Amino acid sequence: MQSPLFLARVQLDHLIRTLAEDGYQVVGPTVDQEAIVYDEISSAADLPVGWTDIQEPGKYRLQRRDDEAYFGYVVGPHSWKKYLFPPVTLVASADRTAAGWQLSTPETEPPRYAFLGVRACELAAIRIQDRVFLEGPFIDPTYQRRRAAAFVVAVNCTQAAATCFCTSMNTGPRCTAEFDLALTEIADGFLLEVGSNAGQGIAARLGTQRATAEQLEQGCAARQQAVDQIRKQMDTTGIRDLLMNNLRDPQWEEVAKRCLSCTNCTLVCPTCFCSSVAEVPDMTGDHVDRERRWDSCFNIDFSYMNGSPARNSIQSRYRQWMTHKLATWQDQFGSSGCVGCGRCITWCPVGIDLTEEVAAMRKSVETMANSSTVVSPGQEERES
Amino acid sequence: MTDTVRKRPRLAVFKFASCDGCQLSLLDCEDELLAVADAVQIAYFPEASSRMEPGPYDVTLVEGSITTPHDAHRIQEVRRISRTIVTIGACATAGGIQSLKNWANHEDYLRCVYARPEFISTLATSTPIADHIKVDFELRGCPVNRHQLLEVLGALVNGRRPRLPSHSVCLDCKRKGTVCVEVAQGIPCLGPVTHSGCGAICPSYDRGCYGCFGPAAQCNCESLTNQYLDSGTNIETLLPLLRNFNAAAPEFREASNRLEETAQERGNKR
Repeated sequence: MQSPLFLARVQLDHLIRTLAEDGYQVVGPTVDQEAIVYDEISSAADLPVGWTDIQEPGKYRLQRRDDEAYFGYVVGPHSWKKYLFPPVTLVASADRTAAGWQLSTPETEPPRYAFLGVRACELAAIRIQDRVFLEGPFIDPTYQRRRAAAFVVAVNCTQAAATCFCTSMNTGPRCTAEFDLALTEIADGFLLEVGSNAGQGIAARLGTQRATAEQLEQGCAARQQAVDQIRKQMDTTGIRDLLMNNLRDPQWEEVAKRCLSCTNCTLVCPTCFCSSVAEVPDMTGDHVDRERRWDSCFNIDFSYMNGSPARNSIQSRYRQWMTHKLATWQDQFGSSGCVGCGRCITWCPVGIDLTEEVAAMRKSVETMANSSTVVSPGQEERES
Repeated sequence: MTDTVRKRPRLAVFKFASCDGCQLSLLDCEDELLAVADAVQIAYFPEASSRMEPGPYDVTLVEGSITTPHDAHRIQEVRRISRTIVTIGACATAGGIQSLKNWANHEDYLRCVYARPEFISTLATSTPIADHIKVDFELRGCPVNRHQLLEVLGALVNGRRPRLPSHSVCLDCKRKGTVCVEVAQGIPCLGPVTHSGCGAICPSYDRGCYGCFGPAAQCNCESLTNQYLDSGTNIETLLPLLRNFNAAAPEFREASNRLEETAQERGNKR
């Protein structure tokens, strides 16, 4: 990677225009519905200039900044998965004809997205979804085509929310790889790092200068501010065995009293990838669409098998989510399923905090061990 | 189907205590109405046609709740002449807004409203159809969603299971990209405990969910109401939210009764 360049503040618009000229549909942060969401943007004026987000468990509020920063917020309710793994996808169609069923697969060109403002935790999330959708025995064609066509402009965080814990998950806040371009916002513009040939091609067409020592210093300080602001931690020591060896711990009942099983945490999570596929016929039954939709392990219908749901209690569904995210994900994909972005904490309507649940589980397991209570098999939770 | 002629099921629509909005949803299916008329033979639907054929019927849609001795008797007769009964809407599936009388003295209401209450024969409660007869399928909503209604009719006509998820409204908001109004704006929203079906309309207009589709499967109303109370929503706001179109649905009924107890406890402390 070559030494960083400097892109003047007024040149950000030029970057967006250049990407658009190259046929990319630029998507980035913008203010909508009292939040900073990801949507199509056409100029730097669409960005959340001068806005920031205040987050805590179960609460998110927009607030004015005292400067005009473009990327002076953290992460919002949306993640890039809505573009790479869309909420609803038409997988195939079938029509009944005199000669039998005729099947067809939609042949559409994948959209070419340029993602502007991808944070380090989000780069990590995309890497995780790459492993899920592209590196197993089955490759997801929708994801593959969209991912291959995408251009990534990362942005280094210069501040953290109270819900951020990327440092515990080793995913940030610094963007180190897997981007085409990366920006660090400083006083009069941006430090620009190039991470790929495609990125080099775009950077060469922007009016950049070599960054001065002072600008590099400013960038370092801005990035350090994000590190310093991170307060939340998750102790991941032995986390797989902690969870998997204590599937009957009473702490699961405690969290189930608060959990709404509403699915919010899984759908804001940038790595959760569950979906269900259904045949949707019209009134005549002669035309059927096969649709894939985002789904969730918190949806009671999701584990429906052989006449009943396999996970027939909130407790069993919360446990499924947490053990998969933090423990069995490691067995399945070789990493944690959590990137420490804090979305599941902020967007849980009752503010359940994943990091606190891990800590509570540790404490509960210790207490159980000290009290030397033996749980007999007869006391085990019945799932249905 | 192109090669064989399917026998069209005979459809009937019966109304009990209700506003007619749900059966109007069927007439509201403008684009699909011809396909519906093709798929079923509309045998008894007074709101749509003055031609009323006698039973038995293959598919009977029942709108409304049971509020009078006469209706309690009539619903038995409807069951007798119907092969499959689908109840449609909050009144038929949960007792409707009129179930608010379950918390009051209905005779007080009669005296307030009617000059000659002695001519009125009514029950003390409003109850869902399933409290009176065996119901084959329940379709929620105030009113029902016409796409869901078509889905049920299509499934019955084609002999398949209807696809009607029982998850919360939140999943629909997220698929649409709607930002949570509770988390981002502090608007009390019943979405996390409410059954999917409407397409998550209200939150996309910056309104909290009113729970028109009743309780979602295994909903945790206690946790949600505790959260709202703790974050400053008062009982005067929360109680009417739960005592609404689906006030008598068991999960909402228990939640609102619990809230009332909480209000009394807090009142006593003052």
